[in-house]
Amino acid sequence: MTALLSIKNLWKDFGGFVATRDVTFDLAEGERHAIIGPNGAGKTTFFNLITGHMHPSKGSVEFRGKDITGIPPHKVVKLGIARSFQRINIFPRMSVFENVQVALMSREDQSLKMFKLCFDLHVAETNQLLDTVGLLSEAEETAGELAYGKQKQLELAIALAENPDVLLLDEPTAGMSPTETGDAIKLVDRITKERGLTLLFTEHDMGVVFGISDRISVLHHGEIIASGLPDDVRNDPEVRRIYLGEDADAAA
Amino acid sequence: MTSPLSKTGMAACLIVLILCALTPLLQSDYLIDVVTEILIVALFALSLNIIIGYSGNVSFGHAAYFAIGGYVNAILLTTYGWPLLPSAVAGVFAATLTAAVVAYFCTRLTDIYFAMLTLAFSMLVWAILFKWRSLTNGDDGFTPVHVPAVIDDRTAFFYFTMIVIVISIAVLWVITHSAFGRSLVAVRENVGRAGFVGIHTRRMRWQAFVIAGFFAGVAGVLFGMYHRGMYVESAFWTQSAQVLIMTLLGGIYSFFGPLIGAAVLFMLERLTNEYTEYWPTVLGSILLIILLFQPDGLVGLGKRIKNKFGGGGSP
Amino acid sequence: MLDLIREFSPGLAILLTNPQFAFIQLLNSISQGMNLFIIAAGLSLIFGVLKVINFAHGVFYMFGAYVVHTVFMDWGAPFWVGAIASALALGVIAAIIERTLFRQIYEAEHLMQLLLTFAIVLIMGDLAKVIWGTEQYSVSYPASLKGATDLGITFYPSYRLMLCVIGPLILIALYWFAERTRWGRMTKAATQDREMLAALGINVPLIYTSVFILGSALAGFGGALAAPFSSPVPGMDATLIVECFVIVIVGGLGSLWGTFVGALLYGLVFNFGSVIYPNGQDVFAYLLLLVVLLIRPWGLYGKPEAGGH
Repeated sequence: MTALLSIKNLWKDFGGFVATRDVTFDLAEGERHAIIGPNGAGKTTFFNLITGHMHPSKGSVEFRGKDITGIPPHKVVKLGIARSFQRINIFPRMSVFENVQVALMSREDQSLKMFKLCFDLHVAETNQLLDTVGLLSEAEETAGELAYGKQKQLELAIALAENPDVLLLDEPTAGMSPTETGDAIKLVDRITKERGLTLLFTEHDMGVVFGISDRISVLHHGEIIASGLPDDVRNDPEVRRIYLGEDADAAA
Repeated sequence: MTSPLSKTGMAACLIVLILCALTPLLQSDYLIDVVTEILIVALFALSLNIIIGYSGNVSFGHAAYFAIGGYVNAILLTTYGWPLLPSAVAGVFAATLTAAVVAYFCTRLTDIYFAMLTLAFSMLVWAILFKWRSLTNGDDGFTPVHVPAVIDDRTAFFYFTMIVIVISIAVLWVITHSAFGRSLVAVRENVGRAGFVGIHTRRMRWQAFVIAGFFAGVAGVLFGMYHRGMYVESAFWTQSAQVLIMTLLGGIYSFFGPLIGAAVLFMLERLTNEYTEYWPTVLGSILLIILLFQPDGLVGLGKRIKNKFGGGGSP
Repeated sequence: MLDLIREFSPGLAILLTNPQFAFIQLLNSISQGMNLFIIAAGLSLIFGVLKVINFAHGVFYMFGAYVVHTVFMDWGAPFWVGAIASALALGVIAAIIERTLFRQIYEAEHLMQLLLTFAIVLIMGDLAKVIWGTEQYSVSYPASLKGATDLGITFYPSYRLMLCVIGPLILIALYWFAERTRWGRMTKAATQDREMLAALGINVPLIYTSVFILGSALAGFGGALAAPFSSPVPGMDATLIVECFVIVIVGGLGSLWGTFVGALLYGLVFNFGSVIYPNGQDVFAYLLLLVVLLIRPWGLYGKPEAGGH
């Protein structure tokens, strides 16, 4: 079966500092795949290379067999790849409702239409999306004033609005308490199952991803050092050495 | 920010509209003049806010499109004897075309460089208007302007202006509350994220700039005819700065803010000039006060007061 | 061939046939450029460290011209005392403005900062009218530099020659300040990471103030130097500030060497352009800016990060 997303020998070199080192990686349709690694492992860079926020030094990214290496982000999203960001990346002074509605209008190529009043556009779908992530009651709140956890939910709603085939979530539980983390993962689990989405997400806590991933890959200093079924990865000696042995920041 | 007009909002607009239309009945030339000028400068400020408030970029050269609209219309009417409609359309078209070209280059950049490039282009326009004496009369000013007989009367011109401006404001309202308008605000709020929901941000900002240039041109066309003359100062950067202050004073995050700011500043200038020649100091002080204490302008101040007395509201 | 050129542009024809004339234009370019460099260097410095584009730089220049008039013409002190007085006066004014107003806006959006400096332009412009009135003053050339020097090829005004020399001297002085003094190193560090610097116990606000003082003093000094040929008059700041912007942006915001090159380019384009096509005098500068920005959006020696965000 051809992979949905296929990454081949991807390198990113920042003039001396190698952020991504010869990464080859396949994502099958419908798969839920977690990428773990300590801070600084290069997870965000890896996502940036896939979504066109950065250009790789070498290597290629293929989506549905088509080469999308280096295509600008606004085109990548149109192809069916949506992404959330590690740092909160929403539209702060707009309402929660507007944040999602804007994404929907863009999906329907309405963003340039000057004479189409926006008040009645996609109201039902926006509310439905907000309901899915649990933000319906906050629809009229100003996005920038929401609590951190809710802003992350909004991030998810915006990503889903684009009706993607693949969802890339960059540290969706960053900064959350254990309860919030549990809730967030349950939410992601439910949504991806309901919509049949392919999921690729990053985390630095292995325990978090176990229940939800079909496969796990471990990223360390830009290189994938292990990849496979959760149990196999958990018991991989190299992985254990890095997480439990010499690397201090993996203790987190 | 972009919400449909509430019932009170609509009522307020209607009242203002009616009061405006009744102005000539008060038999005061002074009042008719003042309202005419306020209408024109309000549109100018509203047009600039498409770039600043809605698009999130600072333009220091908006006066250029105002001046081009005014000059092209004035010259065609007077030197070439064109009828009003083709001449006015040509003026607006020239302003819009210039904006389109300038925006193409400026939208490659952001922030300071964007602002400086808009400044440079507008000073280029100024320099051309200044030097092309055979066409524009340079710094002697292009005057008199031949205003067509049908609107040569003070009252007739007032109603003509009012109709044009009200329609323009209505169109601007629709545009800012359209899918485009809301998406533009998203670009302002987070240009990176906007790109990543699929919005072509550079194209959006270009389109916003062109719209702004179009309506600045409309204002300029009316201005030239009203004053029976166009002067190169209208294109100088200080003029751009003045309209910028009007927009800021009113509040850049609301639709009607710049209109209020323009009206207030215009009246303040008129009044100040009757007592002292130091209007710049007054203006500078107002600017300082806004910047240090109330950056979201009069509308922001109004909202704060409103919230204190219970109940938030829409602009 | 020459007749064809003469028809198209008499000025160009003279340039090509008369080496003395061409040389004089070259010296005009350099002297004007150097005067502008001194002023623009201040603007560039302030932007480089404080990340603020100071519209008020123009009125500082104007004040410098007025002060030298008062000290040199009215009070009879030597010209150079007047020029130093201009620098000092602007330093004091700058210190006051920086302490009271600028402090509030370092964290604000760029639009707010620009408008704050514009407010200063408005107020100080009127202040100048109050202090000095509205007539145009004239400042004589200092006795030591009156007249012309024999350069062999031609005679050239001594004062302008002085400008050609003092410009590079100031460039060297500023470079030395920036690279070889502790103050310079701290200033550079403050540009990059002010929090870190503050954590090291260094008085970052003081650095900011000192930079603003130095930059403004340069504007005042440049204004004093310009006074003999750009007679002090209200409104002289309006065109100058745009000239400074052109130079600083062409050269690249935050780059001292860029400002120097930008100023020279400006002088050359302005002078030779005016000779070749007198009608285009004001246009050339903006065309220069446009052409440069279209090819190198951040100026000749600028870097994208220098734009400040």
